[in-house]
Amino acid sequence: MSELHAVGMTINGQSYRADIEARMTLADFVRHVCGLTGTHVGCEHGVCGACTLIADGRATRSCTMYAVQAHGSVLTTVEGLAQPDGTLHPVQQAFTDFNGLQCGFCTSGMQMTIAAYLEENPSPTEREIRELISGNICRCTGYQGIVRAALDAAQKLRESR
Amino acid sequence: MKPAAFKYHRPARLTDALDMLASLPDAKLLAGGQSLGPMLNFRYLMPENLIDLNHVTELQGLSWLADDALRIGAMTRQFQLEKDEGLFTRIPIFREALRWVGHYATRNRGTIGGSLSHLDPAAELPGICALLDAELRVQSAGGRRTISIHDWTVGFMQPNIGEDELLTDIVVRPWTQPHGFSFVEMSRRHGDFAIAGVACLLAVDVQSQIEKVAVSVIGISNGATRLHQAEKALVGAVCTDDVIQAASEEIAQLEAPADAHHSGEFRKRTAKTLFCRAMQQAYQDAINRRSVQ
Repeated sequence: MSELHAVGMTINGQSYRADIEARMTLADFVRHVCGLTGTHVGCEHGVCGACTLIADGRATRSCTMYAVQAHGSVLTTVEGLAQPDGTLHPVQQAFTDFNGLQCGFCTSGMQMTIAAYLEENPSPTEREIRELISGNICRCTGYQGIVRAALDAAQKLRESR
Repeated sequence: MKPAAFKYHRPARLTDALDMLASLPDAKLLAGGQSLGPMLNFRYLMPENLIDLNHVTELQGLSWLADDALRIGAMTRQFQLEKDEGLFTRIPIFREALRWVGHYATRNRGTIGGSLSHLDPAAELPGICALLDAELRVQSAGGRRTISIHDWTVGFMQPNIGEDELLTDIVVRPWTQPHGFSFVEMSRRHGDFAIAGVACLLAVDVQSQIEKVAVSVIGISNGATRLHQAEKALVGAVCTDDVIQAASEEIAQLEAPADAHHSGEFRKRTAKTLFCRAMQQAYQDAINRRSVQ
């Protein structure tokens, strides 16, 4: 085994520390070290978007970032999206309401991408949403429900502000 | 799909990064990691040492220089360029082109310097740099030099940079006169590598004749290529379909690689069609901008 690095980061408000190899991806750290398996690993080369989480406020693919790079970062994964009392985030609720998921594999990456994006663009057009999720591959629902869910979540978030 | 083991280095200063680059054997520089990450994961590359530039603050951000030139730090992320209002006001084609660079999440990490150093032939940012006659500043522990973007590509995905050198800044100068612009691209799905793309800046005089024009094409040849013959033929002309068609012939002379999906001939035909669209759009845009003046 090669040299180990001591890393620490905050994920969903909780602090995690471990000694890891430099080559461990952030996705593997989150899943295997922290046990947060809501972040899914699809292609492992930055194409499918399933592993997207929010790192220091920005949607990030955790398979093309190494955990050692995230030392000191603040992360949100899909486990941190809902309220502590279980109330779903508007994006999650909209996915339920508009059938934005079927098998669920792409869902966490989709939701983290959309949730991060709506923070910076609260009033997206349908075209903007379609361009946004072009970076996330879904192989079962078709994208119509996901697009509708994203637009509905945007509206709900605007109303709540 | 897991990278081979590497030694990880995280310099905080440019001088430290340059010293590491000079002294560490088999070292690769890690910028945004949106191309290098996949290559490491696939084990296309198995470097012994990885030098992470993400904490070298000297390489980040945009600043306007005294002579109206814009200096862009090589580690400036693509989303920062996309969001920068000053850049949008002065060089609006940047934002238009960035929309086509990868995806939202990859632009959050990807950097302009990484894009120029990786030098994928289909990459958008080298095309914009070629359009603006960018100067690229590189540095090693031994010194620094400036390279024109037009001398940057020496081969397929091979930039004109030494093993001990690091791209530090990109300097571009906005056009001072009012002008139109267009960026068009064709790919199978949004965010895929471009089959071809064309970027154009164009200024017209009071008679609606082309006063100045710059056109670059991506996806053809080994990457961003300025169409100097076409530009020369277009200056002084009124932009009719015949004039545009004739100018587009320069693309036929370029070398175009084939890949699993598209023949070189198909790429060139696509580029010619896009050239005509880009010219029409930029010309119309230039006329509109002149009339609101």
